[in-house]
Amino acid sequence: MSALPRASELGLISCHVCGLVCRDAACEGMVCPRCGTSLHRRKTASFARTWALLIAAFILYIPANVLPIMRTASLGDVDDNTIISGVMELWAKGSPDLAVIVFTASILVPLTKFLVLSTLLISAKRRSQWARPQRARLYRLVEFVGYWSMLDVFVVALMTALVQFGFFSLVAPLPGVIYFGLTVVLTMLASMSFDPRLIWDDKGDDD
Amino acid sequence: MSAPSTVIDQPPSSGAASLLICEHCDTVYQRRPLARGETAHCARCHAVLERHHSLGTGAMLALVLTALVVFVEANVWPIVTFGLNGTDVSTTLWGMIATMWTEDAKVVSLLAAATLFFFPLVKILTLGWLLLFGRVGRRAPGFRALMVMLHYLQPWTMSEVFVLGVLVSIVKAHLYFDVIPDVGVFAYAVLVILITVFAGIDLRRLWDMVPEPHA
Repeated sequence: MSALPRASELGLISCHVCGLVCRDAACEGMVCPRCGTSLHRRKTASFARTWALLIAAFILYIPANVLPIMRTASLGDVDDNTIISGVMELWAKGSPDLAVIVFTASILVPLTKFLVLSTLLISAKRRSQWARPQRARLYRLVEFVGYWSMLDVFVVALMTALVQFGFFSLVAPLPGVIYFGLTVVLTMLASMSFDPRLIWDDKGDDD
Repeated sequence: MSAPSTVIDQPPSSGAASLLICEHCDTVYQRRPLARGETAHCARCHAVLERHHSLGTGAMLALVLTALVVFVEANVWPIVTFGLNGTDVSTTLWGMIATMWTEDAKVVSLLAAATLFFFPLVKILTLGWLLLFGRVGRRAPGFRALMVMLHYLQPWTMSEVFVLGVLVSIVKAHLYFDVIPDVGVFAYAVLVILITVFAGIDLRRLWDMVPEPHA
């Protein structure tokens, strides 16, 4: 790997906020001369923080899927939809291609995030050499698609706002949507806490 | 990609060849000027290191002002209108936020207000402020703190998700009513295009473009 020197080998450190490259002093906890952010070789306690956020997100993801997210009442029949039944309704009555988009954003993306981040955490912890470029790519994918999961939350909010008559509402948000919104925020925080440089570290002391 | 011989521990002056460290794998590179349309990728992990940008501060400021105008439009005009037995009901973004609050989904209300209104607005205004001074080569008051804040706000703007959400809502509501997309949603669509253009700009280069006065 000498052809591609790494900052930790050269005694360099880059500021994660402004990108300035500094000489790595012996002590951590220095401050970037350009933007004032404290400098770290690796994100602080990346493993512990990412695991904690990921597990919390997973716990909230269960009620988000089990509890209904939206109540629609039309012509007297009340209909409580969960995420998955909403997708099925959209598939059957509305538009299959949108159903696929909602399914991807609400179910596939969060599940992929749980799986990918767990895999990355376990393999990075074991300093595995296996498929490093692919794992790096998976991490970038998770970073990129993360916030699209908020889709269903906005749909419920809009539908509710649309169908307000003041005295009688045909559409109402149900607790599931709150759990789901929090799940999305927590998974985003989890992927931000993970330090992709850990994928490439052979011998580490940075946790 | 030879190991660099000089190490910079002072803020580099504008245009100075400096080092670049891949954020995704810690590999060190010597910066080199990029040709038009070129993107530098990391040889180890293939992450994007740097993109060539042809936009100067003036062009960026113009974009920001456009975004501001469009943002106001997107928030003033109704997003969707639907008809039921001859009555037209429409909603704006703030109508949606207020409804969620009164419907006891306060968490959702706060999420929407932050990611669809406050964060994008703060981003647009901050950028405008920085570029206004940057255009004449000066650092705006509060430059350092604002640049750090922008960095942390970056992932929390969700206007593009909202536009897709409007589309899904229209299809869903169509089961029960006649739904018409309104001016607001088109303004949002334009805003998304502008946000996408901005996403391609690495704001960090403002650090180099606007050097510190005593540097």
